[in-house]
Amino acid sequence: MTSRLTKRQRRRLSQGIQYTVFLAALGVIGGLADWDTLQNQFFQTDLVKKLFPDIITIALRNTVVYTLSGFVFGLVLGLVIALMRLSSVAPYRWVAGIYIEIFRGLPALLIFIFVGVAVPLAFPGTEIPGGIYGKVALGLGLVAAAYMAETIRAGIQAVPKGQMEAARSLGFSHGRAMVSVIIPQAFRIVIPPLTNELVLLFKDSSLVLFLGVTLEERELTKYGRDLASQSANSTPILIAGLCYLLVTVPLSFVVRHLEARARRAR
Amino acid sequence: MILMPRKAEAMRAGTPKDAGAGSPEIEIRDLHKSFGDNQVLRGIDLEVDAGEVVCVIGPSGSGKSTLLRCVNLLEEPTSGKVFVGGTEVTDLDVDIDAVRRRIGMVFQQFNLFPHLTATENLTLPQRRVLGRGKAEAAETAARNLERVGLAAKADAYPAQLSGGQQQRVAIARALAMGPEVMLFDEPTSALDPELVGDVLAVMRRLAQEGMTMMVVTHEMSFAREVADRVVFMDGGVIVEQGPPAQVVGDPQHERTRHFLNRILDPAAAEPEEPTGE
Repeated sequence: MTSRLTKRQRRRLSQGIQYTVFLAALGVIGGLADWDTLQNQFFQTDLVKKLFPDIITIALRNTVVYTLSGFVFGLVLGLVIALMRLSSVAPYRWVAGIYIEIFRGLPALLIFIFVGVAVPLAFPGTEIPGGIYGKVALGLGLVAAAYMAETIRAGIQAVPKGQMEAARSLGFSHGRAMVSVIIPQAFRIVIPPLTNELVLLFKDSSLVLFLGVTLEERELTKYGRDLASQSANSTPILIAGLCYLLVTVPLSFVVRHLEARARRAR
Repeated sequence: MILMPRKAEAMRAGTPKDAGAGSPEIEIRDLHKSFGDNQVLRGIDLEVDAGEVVCVIGPSGSGKSTLLRCVNLLEEPTSGKVFVGGTEVTDLDVDIDAVRRRIGMVFQQFNLFPHLTATENLTLPQRRVLGRGKAEAAETAARNLERVGLAAKADAYPAQLSGGQQQRVAIARALAMGPEVMLFDEPTSALDPELVGDVLAVMRRLAQEGMTMMVVTHEMSFAREVADRVVFMDGGVIVEQGPPAQVVGDPQHERTRHFLNRILDPAAAEPEEPTGE
């Protein structure tokens, strides 16, 4: 009988087997798990009720603010580094290259500790402006800038050469052509990858807890951990996780949508 | 089959050229350009008078586009001098951005700014480069889009326009800057055949209005009909030049004849014959 199967039938059979194996595996995992303990540890409804509204109005809000401030700072710094990387002046290129290698090569956590500890020691008496928000913008931004610089550089280089030539032939200086013609087009190209970077930053903002924060400055991870240890129950961690997904999943959809649109436009 | 109606001499009457005015609009002296070991231009001398239309023809790789790009310094000449309207473009002290404002350039690939509408493509350079006000830039943009027959497409983005329409917007963009000279670098080579006519019609009208034009082209009928002079280049030098009836109609040089044979009747051309180099 087997040799009698057509190609299509064989493909169907193979797919059917894979579905069956998948469902069986799910069943085994689900059957082995201790659902009662899981519910007790991770989804105590009265604890869930206690978390609101603070987990949204304080923790989620702070996470968003930290992320955005780091993103804006990183974007500005990243653009500067990208332009330095493309400069005709060699030392600019070197500085930009070294920056990118260092900050892409170090764990974000190390940089946070550095910002929290080394900077105050190195410059005694000086305060990073903006308090905790300034520190977070600096820590997140320094890391994000390294990645964004490479993304923006690729975006600028993806703008066809003829655009610069057309602008120059109209009398634009190199700098004005960059600002008015090239960078606006480059940003259109890099919006999807930059949005991706925003998702990564959103998660990295959890590192804020290594800077030491007051109750009002807690973001999702710190908030979840604190309440979990207070109540000796992991429910706050799960809810904090769901809050992250609440933002990251829609953002991922936006990225996919933007990428699809960029593909169509080309 | 020869001789299209030549442009009436009367059309030129009153232009500085006919008045016998002094220096030429474009003057190229002993121009050389190399890319590494590759000598693309090997000593070009050429003058284009105000109001004159010069078509540059020649096989690919002959250096005609490079010559054109040296006029507004998109390519930096290796040696030699270029003057436009009396200003030495190749002078190291010259403000090249200021000179380029006086020279319109049209590219094979149009090079419209894709993130801007047709109107914005015309207004942005006027505002950023010439410092014109919003109203004046908009008014000039509308007038020049009208001039190329695309007033109806003012709000369209380049991606919404056909190749021929994009090229006409590109011409309007150059004209909106009020140039003294227009350079065309194979303006119809990237177009579908049925779209070539509209672009050539715009260029023909521009020539009749007395614009000084240097056109690199493969359109022999356009060269014959519109050009005051045809320049044939091969191997980085000017092989022959003169009125179109002479260069295209009765070429003196073997290389010119061979090139024209291939271009005018590709099927009949004999295969490969060494040219220059």
